[in-house]
Amino acid sequence: MSDTTHAPASPPAMRRTIGSTGDTIFEWLCRGAGLFVLLLLGAIILTLFIGGLPAFREFGVQFIWSSDWNPVEGRESYGALVPILGTIITSILAIMLGVPVAFGIAFFLTELAPPWLRQPIGTAIELLAAVPSIIFGMWGLFVLVPFVQTYIQLPFGETLGALPLIGGIFESNNFAGTSIFAASMVLAIMILPFIAATMRDVFNQVPPVYKESAYGLGATRWEVMTGVVLPYTRISVVGGIMLGLGRALGETMAVTFVIGNANRLAGSLFDPSTTIASVVAMEFPESLMGSLKQSSLLALGFLLFFISFVVLAVSRWLLRSRLK
Amino acid sequence: MSATTAAATSSFAGRDPAVAAALNRRRRIVDGLVRWLCIIATAIGLFFLASILLTLIVRGVSSISLITFTTEFRPTTYGEPDAETGGLYHAIMGTLMQTAIGTGIGTPIGLLVGTYLAEYARNSALGNAVRFVSDVLLSAPSILVGLFVYQLVVLPMGGFSGIAGGAALAILVIPVVVRTTEDMLQLIPNTLREAVVGLGAPKWKMVTLVCWRAALSGIVTGILLATARITGETAPLLLTSFGNNVTSFDLGSAMASLPIAIYQQANSGFPDLIDIAWAGALIVTFGVLAINIVARLLLAGRK
Repeated sequence: MSDTTHAPASPPAMRRTIGSTGDTIFEWLCRGAGLFVLLLLGAIILTLFIGGLPAFREFGVQFIWSSDWNPVEGRESYGALVPILGTIITSILAIMLGVPVAFGIAFFLTELAPPWLRQPIGTAIELLAAVPSIIFGMWGLFVLVPFVQTYIQLPFGETLGALPLIGGIFESNNFAGTSIFAASMVLAIMILPFIAATMRDVFNQVPPVYKESAYGLGATRWEVMTGVVLPYTRISVVGGIMLGLGRALGETMAVTFVIGNANRLAGSLFDPSTTIASVVAMEFPESLMGSLKQSSLLALGFLLFFISFVVLAVSRWLLRSRLK
Repeated sequence: MSATTAAATSSFAGRDPAVAAALNRRRRIVDGLVRWLCIIATAIGLFFLASILLTLIVRGVSSISLITFTTEFRPTTYGEPDAETGGLYHAIMGTLMQTAIGTGIGTPIGLLVGTYLAEYARNSALGNAVRFVSDVLLSAPSILVGLFVYQLVVLPMGGFSGIAGGAALAILVIPVVVRTTEDMLQLIPNTLREAVVGLGAPKWKMVTLVCWRAALSGIVTGILLATARITGETAPLLLTSFGNNVTSFDLGSAMASLPIAIYQQANSGFPDLIDIAWAGALIVTFGVLAINIVARLLLAGRK
């Protein structure tokens, strides 16, 4: 008995030493690549912070709630308030516009559509996610912006604009058509496929027995959705929405095309404004190396990284059960 | 017959069969309403895709020609009929070069990281950290990658360069390849690994000769998806390779790319340049969608 276990042990031992050198090298190659990714994230945070340091030093905490943006030499003053507000307002509005539609698509694809229709429609929605953001921007500028101006901005201004207190939000004299609302709409369309695909995947993970039990009790499809599927998947659904939010926060080119890039506080949803990502895209390539403006833009980048990192981290944490 | 059904219903719903019927009708109506709302939602999603593709085809096809592929940038003709129109040759070359560099650098790193996560660190703390960071990078704003490479490459080199553009794209490739490689390797049954190790092969041979080969179509899908993604990237290139109006093969200086040429010409205000931007948009979108569809077919053929 002991012979059989000992005898084959010696020849493989030699082979193992040969193989183990390769094994060690390969394992460290893989681990090194993994460490490189960790290092990459750390390096991105660090370079953005270091680059933004002169602006943080110059303006202090004031940088975050100052709405100044004055590049005139000698009177240079930069603040992050307008881009931060623009980023958050457009993203939240995009979520409000996009989530109901995304939910409808996911519900349709998992419960309502006939099986032969699910695959083609699902693929079409996923292809929408593959369209480059610059195309959304161009389409937004030439197709969506005129539409929003004629059919949304004007009627909203004429009807809701008369409301007391909040009426001003819907009223604008902006003739260019590029506005916060147009940007939110483009963002909503862009994040739609991501949220819809995540929701579809988590809805599909509900054990069929649960749904069948509810159907067996006579529940309608809508009752199965609200009574069984949503309670079972709500954490992942919120995770999917956060994923969409994270994407909306950092979207650059599409927003740059349609938001109007005006660095001032907007009084109305139909006024032009700017976001962190688009102010960086518009002004960074033209700024002088090492200037205070460049440092302020890097500081804005650092703030954007912080915001989207938190949102994406929460999203991943909420989706962890789905990822396992 | 109807009396017995009514009696049975009333014993279930309480006392009044009329209330039960009304309730039942309301439930059906709500269900039908939601059904139609969902169909409308799906139609909205498909409508936007169709609108984008149709706009591209209508505006792009009318302005695309052989000249678009063979000529580099020319300033606006101001509507003069005998003036020469420009093309996008410089941008197509720039995009091909930078995409090749990005994919070439990003793929091996992403492949190794994905292998590490699937074969070496399924449940280790370091593995979980790498997986988390890679997933965050997957959705992180790409313009910040541009800022990072600007600080790291453009600033020390003293100017925008094609190599900086390629480096920024490589960073965007890594998380995509990591995600698909790990997912595909995890689909491989452990019995296959045990069989290879049982034959006495070292682990690195098991991974490279068997696991990678078994997951090949999935890994290639990931690489294609990553390539498609960076082909349309604009924001990071704006801060790294900047764009160029002449054809340049010099990696050390500013380099054109299709998305940036589209961006600049679409915002130029000249109708003839905007037409060229539409032609470029058509090329980029159909290139990206074609790569995506090939990637999907590859994965579907596997199953």
